[in-house]
Amino acid sequence: METIVCECGHSNPYGTSLCQACGKPLENDVEVLTSMRYEGSARRSQVYKKTIVDQVWNFFSSVKVGVWLIITILVAAAIGTIFPQVTFIPPNVDPATHYETEYGTLGKIYYLLGFHNLYGSWWFIVLLGLLGLSLIIASLDRGIPLYKALKTQRVTRHNKFLENQRLFSVSKEADLEEIKYTLGSLRYKVREENGNLFAEKGRFSRWGAYVNHVGLIIFLTGAMLRFFPGMYVDEIVWVREGETTSIPGTKDDNGQYYLRNNDFILEKYDKKDKKFNSALNSVEGDVAKNYQSNVTLFKSNKGTVIGEKGKLEKIKDGVIRVNEPLKFDSFALYQTDFKLDELNKMSFNLEDKTSGKSFGKLTVDLHEPETKYDLGNGYKVEILDYYPNFILNDQDEPATVNNLPDNPAFVFAMYSPQKPQGEKAFVGIMKNIDSGDNTLKMSFAGLETKDLTALTVKKDLTLWIIALGGFIFMIGVTQGLYWNYRRIWIKQNQGEVWAAAHTNKNWYGLKKDLEFLTEKTELTPLEDRVNSSEK
Amino acid sequence: MSEISSTLLYSAFIIYLFSTLFFSMSLSDKKSSEAAYTKKWGKVGFITACAGFAAQLGYFITRWIASGHAPVSNLFEFTTFFGMMMVLGFIVLYSIYRTNGLGVFAMPVALLVIAYASMFPKDISPLIPALQSDWLKIHVTTAALGEGILAISFVSGLIYLIRTVDQTVSTKKTKWLEIIMYSLISVVGFVIISLAFKGAGYESSFEVMNKQNQPVKIVYELPAIAGPANGDHLDRGFGPLFNTPSWMQGVNASMKLNTFIWSLLSGFVLYGLLRLVLRKRISAALQTKVKNVNSELLDEISYRAVAIGFPIFSLGALIFAMIWAQQAWSRFWGWDPKEVWALITFLFYAAYLHLRLSRGWHGEKSAWLCVVGFWIITFNLIAVNLVLVGLHSYA
Ligand code: HEM
Repeated sequence: METIVCECGHSNPYGTSLCQACGKPLENDVEVLTSMRYEGSARRSQVYKKTIVDQVWNFFSSVKVGVWLIITILVAAAIGTIFPQVTFIPPNVDPATHYETEYGTLGKIYYLLGFHNLYGSWWFIVLLGLLGLSLIIASLDRGIPLYKALKTQRVTRHNKFLENQRLFSVSKEADLEEIKYTLGSLRYKVREENGNLFAEKGRFSRWGAYVNHVGLIIFLTGAMLRFFPGMYVDEIVWVREGETTSIPGTKDDNGQYYLRNNDFILEKYDKKDKKFNSALNSVEGDVAKNYQSNVTLFKSNKGTVIGEKGKLEKIKDGVIRVNEPLKFDSFALYQTDFKLDELNKMSFNLEDKTSGKSFGKLTVDLHEPETKYDLGNGYKVEILDYYPNFILNDQDEPATVNNLPDNPAFVFAMYSPQKPQGEKAFVGIMKNIDSGDNTLKMSFAGLETKDLTALTVKKDLTLWIIALGGFIFMIGVTQGLYWNYRRIWIKQNQGEVWAAAHTNKNWYGLKKDLEFLTEKTELTPLEDRVNSSEK
Repeated sequence: MSEISSTLLYSAFIIYLFSTLFFSMSLSDKKSSEAAYTKKWGKVGFITACAGFAAQLGYFITRWIASGHAPVSNLFEFTTFFGMMMVLGFIVLYSIYRTNGLGVFAMPVALLVIAYASMFPKDISPLIPALQSDWLKIHVTTAALGEGILAISFVSGLIYLIRTVDQTVSTKKTKWLEIIMYSLISVVGFVIISLAFKGAGYESSFEVMNKQNQPVKIVYELPAIAGPANGDHLDRGFGPLFNTPSWMQGVNASMKLNTFIWSLLSGFVLYGLLRLVLRKRISAALQTKVKNVNSELLDEISYRAVAIGFPIFSLGALIFAMIWAQQAWSRFWGWDPKEVWALITFLFYAAYLHLRLSRGWHGEKSAWLCVVGFWIITFNLIAVNLVLVGLHSYA
């Protein structure tokens, strides 16, 4: 489209309502004051309204739409807190029925609409996407033309521009040098042209909104990148004291990381502690003070086969506590959970059933039990069956719940020189059952337990993007909300001195500057021609 | 040290009371709002407010020394701190605009917050491992500062509404204003009722089964209107009239609900008495007091409070919170209800800024929004702990 050439000689893009250079209204019906928000610049959304592209652009550039998006997300998030999110319900229940049984019909509706998993639901992600789109379009629509207009603005402004400002006065005469000096002392940047002055302060603050929107967009992008493979690892690893385990998610071409748990420490507050005495006694049970894993980190060499621990190279020793993760490469290990006193080894004596005379002692590793134990002198014990977590199943047969040795039970075969064919016994915790005519007996002789620690393995390559977004956002809001863009124009006009002033916000502050200015100079105090509205 | 600390808090409370009194003396209902005594009492009120703030700062520091950690780790400490940040917010905005009317309302609201806070157990409590982090202190204090400043936008908006809403006829607006007054009075009711029953040494116990199916005892300090879900009353104390619904799952939810009902009831009685004495709406009675306050300035102050508070709130309640969460739980965001409500607060004030900037929502509309914003903040402080479960329900 053709450009509009103003009488001052500047050519403006099509659709401009106030000349970028001198501010002259380019059409008759232009409201100067309301146009000042974006300097009367030609915003795409205000100029082009025909094609579908135009309409989509205009839709997303509208603040009304933006606010509706914000409010919709807000309301959805609020509804999402009425009942717990699916990540907070017990792990062993089916969400499809859980919400209905716990919360009735409302719970069912909640579940059906996807509020139970709001932040993973497609429509919430779509809303965030629309918000991002709206942010981009609204900012481009305004930011670019605004930037051009502010860059092009001249010192000398058109009379119509000045007399239509909110703050305006006409003085008989005024000392330009004095005005310049006073404005300078208020830290305005003053420019002069043909005996006219233009003073401005805080122009950078005008970019605040755009900067913070850029920050938000970067933030949102970072949050979405999580779904790309390789950016994000979130695993959990349980390690027994004394054991070395491979760390899931850390394997690459150069090998894999391994971790040894040297010691898990749980400290509690002393109930007799003077300082916290009354608070500690008002709760039942203990209050934890510290969860800590002392660990050693290893790395396997290139090409090591999994399970081959011989070739591990020690990287470092470390301490992991809540709030103090252990970091290596792009990974971090967080103290997440623990299990105290898991059974680890059990010892038995092989005895004569009647006299109690011992023929030797054996120790069973509950995770990797051996099948045969030779006690010498012809005495032997064999494990025929092992149930790490013993129960009787539906058919009343011995079975195991899982591989964790929470309730170990054994079927032993015991051999002596007198009974080389062996005697059988079923032995568990507080149980020792045999056929009745056994001469030998396995008697419990001690227990070794170990603690386990659970660590979250985390790699998040999106973190720096998110942090950057947050940082830019903070710069933007501060810049836009703690500063404002104030402008004062002084024009010598046929023997009079015209003064006009504008700010994008905080008129109160601008008026204080002007009060100071008119007190120190002969300028007539500027009159506020808008009484209420527009602050 | 902890005795010095509580004395200081108590003195701060009394000093704030005086400050409120001085500020109200500065209000003139005469024609000239610029009377000399207005300036004088305003100045005295402001200096007193600063003195009170200094005393409360003393409380904060001494309690920090006594406990060894920043005293923002339980509901009592946090809410007190929130009240203190409100006073700070007031001091900042008063220094810019010097409007005495603001003091007349800001100080009592801060007083209410502190009185409310002191009804919670004041024991110095130890920190569980997740809370042992410098980022936690930074997060909580900055968030509270942001909320304190945002609260001033509510105060200023409220005065604006009291001043401008037409009280000659009963409308939706006058009703909502009365509801706000009633809510504030209910906090007074809560404090009075709690003190009264505490003074009388009232206790009544229930036994309930906890999640691990072990019996635990719950001791009510107010007569039970709402009993615990599936609880057995162990003594012959009053009530309960009904049982708390089981979906309220916060720590001691039934007791909190019971207290809430008591606050509403006592607030109702107090409100009724006031109406009887005044023979008009409370906000109508207050209107005559504030008619000389410049309403445009009030609008400006409430906007400015948001403009100052919003970045601080974003930094404290979201960004610092994320840094801490990343460190403590390995993820910067977990959609915990308290987090979500901080996000809601953030989105709400963002919407406010856009409406004001681009859609010209000034004056009354903007003032109502500030009321809603404060409602969201207090909801997050109180109700989220009451009805919603989550990581923050320790408080
Ligand atoms: C959560 C999302 C958002 C946040 C936190 C946010 C934040 C802000 C802030 C702090 C300002 C400055 C306000 C002021 O100076 O008073 C602003 C201005 C603005 N925002 Fe947003 N915004 C968000 C979303 C949006 C969206 C979706 C749109 C789309 C229409 C939008 C359009 C604008 C516009 C047009 C301005 C005024 C810019 C100017 O006058 O130069 N914002 N925003």
